[in-house]
Amino acid sequence: MVKIIYRDKEWEVKPGITVKKAIKEAGLLVEAVLPIKDGKLITEDTVLKDGDVVKLIAVISGG
Amino acid sequence: MKCRKCGEKAVINMRHHKLALCQKHYLEWFIGQVDKTIKRYRMFRKKDKILVAVSGGKDSLSLWDVLLRLGYKADGLYINLGIEGGNYSDISLEKVEKFVAQHPGAHLHIVDIKTLYGRSVPELARESHRGKRICALCGLVKRHEMNRVAYEGGYYAIATGHNLDDEVAVLFGNTLRWQTGYLARQAPVLPSTHPMLARKVKPFCRMYERETAAYAILQGIDYIYEECPYAVGSTSILYKNLLNELEEQSPGSKLSFYLSFLQAKENEQICFMGEEASPELHPCEKCGQPTTAPRYCAFCRVIYKLRENGI
Repeated sequence: MVKIIYRDKEWEVKPGITVKKAIKEAGLLVEAVLPIKDGKLITEDTVLKDGDVVKLIAVISGG
Repeated sequence: MKCRKCGEKAVINMRHHKLALCQKHYLEWFIGQVDKTIKRYRMFRKKDKILVAVSGGKDSLSLWDVLLRLGYKADGLYINLGIEGGNYSDISLEKVEKFVAQHPGAHLHIVDIKTLYGRSVPELARESHRGKRICALCGLVKRHEMNRVAYEGGYYAIATGHNLDDEVAVLFGNTLRWQTGYLARQAPVLPSTHPMLARKVKPFCRMYERETAAYAILQGIDYIYEECPYAVGSTSILYKNLLNELEEQSPGSKLSFYLSFLQAKENEQICFMGEEASPELHPCEKCGQPTTAPRYCAFCRVIYKLRENGI
């Protein structure tokens, strides 16, 4: 399985889907997050593999 | 996805620019875009002293980093507002000080509101019964102190980290209510209208918020990730989310909305009659900063009222 982390939440998705699909399935917008895997930014077309851990960094702040 | 410039693995895809780039080329591209914006709107020159308002967030620290890399004379100003919720001010100051330690030669001014004026911003808000409007009071305090430090330090302009998403959210809100006075004043550069009111510039005004966050991450800038506790649930965040829904369906909408607004103003396709006349200013009897209000400026009225009442 693939672990997704966003703020203080964590959940799992099945391997084989793209980062974009994982973001959308969580009800988030690609435009509002940056995905990081192994400490590096990745693009939304990256296909997730079993054991991957992806952190979604929220980019929107008030002001 | 491959980097358009070198074919290596891309780290970011910007659908609005139809551009994917690797880390090296993204950082180069980002810095180049900001320099173009500075020159396009004639914000400042290499010889000018600039004061960068830094909060510890991704935008302001990235802006300071970019200006230093481009060789601008950019000093930082951190205003400690005394926001205790989630240790927000303490953590944000730590991030700014860490940035300074990692950038030899970077000069930082620190203004501590409680030390200078006896009360933190939340305390001022509570004691002046502005608890529900703390963000407006916070803005008032920051503007006053930015102008003061810029004037005392002889700075040509104050640079803030407002990004495209900030600007578009403001534009959207002002358009919804047809607040023509605010629309007339919204621009990448706000010229100085008085020697004690600094010129304000926004070098990130064309950069997406996602791009500034990516810059901070890729450049290794440690910024405060948590939101100001008073900004949670704010209208600006609501507007940003709505605009991102639109951007998701129609990439480039945010940039197009902002740039076409600026273009229409420049070409005088839209104008705001009678909104740009400058009201008569006179010096505040307390601090000397120009004001339209009788005797004291809005900032000093908050402070003065507290002292007069002996609170």
